[in-house]
Amino acid sequence: MLKIKNLHAKVEGLKILKGINLEINAGEVHAIMGPNGSGKSTLSAVIAGKEEYEVTRGEITMEDEDLLELDAEERAHKGVFLSFQYPVEIPGVTVTNFMRTVINANRKAKGMENMPAKELLQKIREKSELLDIDRKFLSRSLNEGFSGGEKKRNEIFQMAMLEPKLAILDETDSGLDIDALKIVAKGVNKLKRPDNATLVITHYQRLLDHIIPDFVHVMLDGKIVKSGGKELAYELEEKGYDWIKEEVSAQ
Amino acid sequence: MELKDKLLSSFVAFEENVNMNSDIHEIRNRAIKDFEAMGFPTKKQEAWKYTSLNKVLKHDYTVFPKKEDTIDYRDVEKYFIDEIDTYKIVFIDGIYSSHLSSTTHEKIDACLMSSAMNSSKYKPVIDNYFNKIAPKDSLDSLNTAFSHEGAYINIPKNTMADKPIQILNFSTGNEAALLVQPRNLVVVGENSHVQIVERHQSLTDHPVLTNSVTEIFADTRAIVDYYKIQNDNHSASLIDNTFIEQHGESFCSVHTFSFGGNLTRNNLNFYQKGERIDSTLKGVTVIEGKQHVDHNTLVHHTEPNCESHQDYKGVFGESSTGVFNGKIVVEKKAQKTNAFQSNNNILLDDKATINSKPQLEIFADDVKCSHGCTIGQLDEDALFYLRSRGIPLKEARALLMYAFTNNVLESVKIPELKKRINKIIAEKLGVSVGFSL
Repeated sequence: MLKIKNLHAKVEGLKILKGINLEINAGEVHAIMGPNGSGKSTLSAVIAGKEEYEVTRGEITMEDEDLLELDAEERAHKGVFLSFQYPVEIPGVTVTNFMRTVINANRKAKGMENMPAKELLQKIREKSELLDIDRKFLSRSLNEGFSGGEKKRNEIFQMAMLEPKLAILDETDSGLDIDALKIVAKGVNKLKRPDNATLVITHYQRLLDHIIPDFVHVMLDGKIVKSGGKELAYELEEKGYDWIKEEVSAQ
Repeated sequence: MELKDKLLSSFVAFEENVNMNSDIHEIRNRAIKDFEAMGFPTKKQEAWKYTSLNKVLKHDYTVFPKKEDTIDYRDVEKYFIDEIDTYKIVFIDGIYSSHLSSTTHEKIDACLMSSAMNSSKYKPVIDNYFNKIAPKDSLDSLNTAFSHEGAYINIPKNTMADKPIQILNFSTGNEAALLVQPRNLVVVGENSHVQIVERHQSLTDHPVLTNSVTEIFADTRAIVDYYKIQNDNHSASLIDNTFIEQHGESFCSVHTFSFGGNLTRNNLNFYQKGERIDSTLKGVTVIEGKQHVDHNTLVHHTEPNCESHQDYKGVFGESSTGVFNGKIVVEKKAQKTNAFQSNNNILLDDKATINSKPQLEIFADDVKCSHGCTIGQLDEDALFYLRSRGIPLKEARALLMYAFTNNVLESVKIPELKKRINKIIAEKLGVSVGFSL
């Protein structure tokens, strides 16, 4: 589904990604782990289409279409979804109205009519129950005054509404207590289907106790230096990143 | 002939045509002399540094509109807030339109300045309040000299006005260029409450200059909510002079929504004359093209334990220009004053300009005063967030601008008005964002 080949990217003149190779197939869950500053969040922003990040070499394709040629909104229409580490506050626009705007913008891009209000409200009810979201929450301004956990839950709620082909969860576990983490993980797992894929970006292994990855990749200094199965995550939790750094420098 | 000379010579003919009691005759004559001495303000004056009236004043304005009343309600319906029941005081080219108006003398007076000025019944109110709050600068003096028509609103003590009052000023363009000078007086007694919505609307592309003066007197514990909709044609310019005197424990708010017009200058002065007063000044400006909007505010704190809150937001597109000049004076006696001011602006284009200047003069030592000003572009991270959800760039920008101005709208207490303002903003931004704002 997603193919990344030899991807290099710069942010404000600084080289952050230095040759990423990654292939994600439908039905798979991949996790990227790595210390602070290794380029994990940059990779997710580059896939989603943040313009400030300049791709200098390499390619990203999704279902054989060149993603780098598309604007962020066009990538969303193709089914790319990024759950933000720091979701933005939009005062005066309720969660419900925001969802209506988002759903209809995506339908319009596909040449479809607006979703009938009744159907939309039904879908909102269904998906908010999935994430244990209180109805009152839906009439609050988007992310304004939300706690860290509420913001993350709201991100996954949007993901549930949009049903993307490729969901990228950028540090979704940061700022979550264990109960919130379980709810978010439950939501992600329920949304898993044979025809979609998930990329989990995280510091810690604890999220991976709840969202079980098929593949774990370790990112260091802008490159994926080691890949393996889910047991790699436990190894990292136990031993930290230093042994991998040593392994890499020995090569 | 220069406009100033033309106005001076028009004054004689004007005075012959209006009925007047001798006191007002005297006030007008003094005012025209003051205007003659001062002339129109120029950019050399500090308060006019960023706003030049030169272009606006070069039209050959007349102060004598044809006495015709030619507007059909259907043609101007959209400018009224008719979803709710209101009193309406309507003027066409500065002349009262009885068929569009709905005035009252029951419990409250919501009627005409011209009749109040000429009736012995209202003489005590006119004597006590007319031209008492205006600072007698050149433009308000010019208005005073030609003052004879406008809204007269008197709410006796312990009275809540049963419905909001709309003041609408239409200009028809029957004249090639028209100068109108509405003069409004609002007197709100002890423990009384009123809501007022004011609008100026030109119906053609002929140049119109409005030099309006509104004096508002709020007695002890009075509550006054005043809303100004400035969404006129691009050929219309407005100088709005609003002066408010507040007494102990009164609460006055003025919201100014500036979306239209050629040049708009708001001189908004609050004079606090008691303790525990609250003054609120809020504004949203969304302009483009070569439009110019200038907010010149003054809050004068003279007694202890008072508050003032100023919050002005501006979105400037193309080569439009904005000015915010906010002055707060805290006298030595005004201890425990809380005075807050904030002015946030978004410039959408390289050619758009905003000049923002806070002026704080604080003579008391135990006060809390703050001012903040920001000038920026739309937040790139926020834009990316919206676009990553599939919202196209143009709609994403509109949504962020809406969110940016939204907190000013939160304090609008008439829901239908809030809806109307939201609609105007959505239209200004030229997009539908998928739900009705």
